[in-house]
Amino acid sequence: MSEVLRCENLVKRYGNQLNALNGINLSLESGKIVGLLGPNGSGKTTLIKIINGLLTPTLGKVLIDGHEPGVETKKLVAYLPDNSYLNSWMTIQQIVDYFADFYADFRPDLALSMLERLDIRPNMRLKTLSKGNKEKVCLILVMSRNAKLYVLDEPIAGVDPAARDYVISTIINNYNPDATVLISTHLISDIEEILDRVLFLKSGNIVLDQSVDEIREEHGKSVDELFREVFRW
Amino acid sequence: MVWTLNKKHPLCPQIYEQICVGIAKGEFQPGERLMSVREVAVAAGVNPNTVQKAFEALEQDGILHSVRGSGWYAGEDTAKAREVLQKIIAEKTAAYFNEMDALGLAPEAVKLYVKEWNQ
Repeated sequence: MSEVLRCENLVKRYGNQLNALNGINLSLESGKIVGLLGPNGSGKTTLIKIINGLLTPTLGKVLIDGHEPGVETKKLVAYLPDNSYLNSWMTIQQIVDYFADFYADFRPDLALSMLERLDIRPNMRLKTLSKGNKEKVCLILVMSRNAKLYVLDEPIAGVDPAARDYVISTIINNYNPDATVLISTHLISDIEEILDRVLFLKSGNIVLDQSVDEIREEHGKSVDELFREVFRW
Repeated sequence: MVWTLNKKHPLCPQIYEQICVGIAKGEFQPGERLMSVREVAVAAGVNPNTVQKAFEALEQDGILHSVRGSGWYAGEDTAKAREVLQKIIAEKTAAYFNEMDALGLAPEAVKLYVKEWNQ
């Protein structure tokens, strides 16, 4: 098992305000599904954006498979942002071609066959799809890459329970055992069964970093129940 | 196979137990090929690593065996799986009698209730 992601004393400050990230130390190994859990404003998306090179840290550093975020790491990281960046006038085929142009590890046949199973055809335009289907298209594109690190920002926000099951089985079915999946969410009970490990983020600090079965053993409660306890106000 | 998992307790031992129950009840015949780790993970909605760990523990206890490149098979000897089922039954029975005890019912009275319920 190798280390896929490493954060060392990572700090992010926006202007003169409080630190969005307050010295994060973290090491993720390959082959794990990790939940990044925290209430709104705890720093989840900031951390994810730094991992993807969309923000630069104020202090400290991030290493992905030994590289700082940049051109090299874009080849290694498959990122599902919390809002879609695809043009709505594009057809499914165009979007698939677009992804194939960008990422050498993208498998267009796999993406098209997964879309086909949802009755989403190549000639359909993105704007004609329902909100839930748009989100599934984005997830399918990301999971069709053969990446080292998958970073999914709120993949289950705003989907119905059936769609949620679809999202979960798509993640389980498509990540390869050498890769790591980092999933951010505040909907813990929906996703906790598929996690190996959780990170609780609170006001820019990691307040818990533990395997989920250890949590259940130690506390005799589900991750969701523990979360509610830690973040009670 | 229907998977019922309680999120308050570690999932790995629960998968272990449910496979044992499946074998003890004859849902899986000795030597029968089981679903792959990933298929079980999707069916039960859990992490493949959890299933893998459970299967490995089952192999260590001689309940399953794996064939490289082929998959997982129910072992020929089902004694251990039946033993696990007996243990689960004993635990659940004890828990039931304890709950009834908390309600102020002596075991003899509880047995009457069970008998009545049965009829």
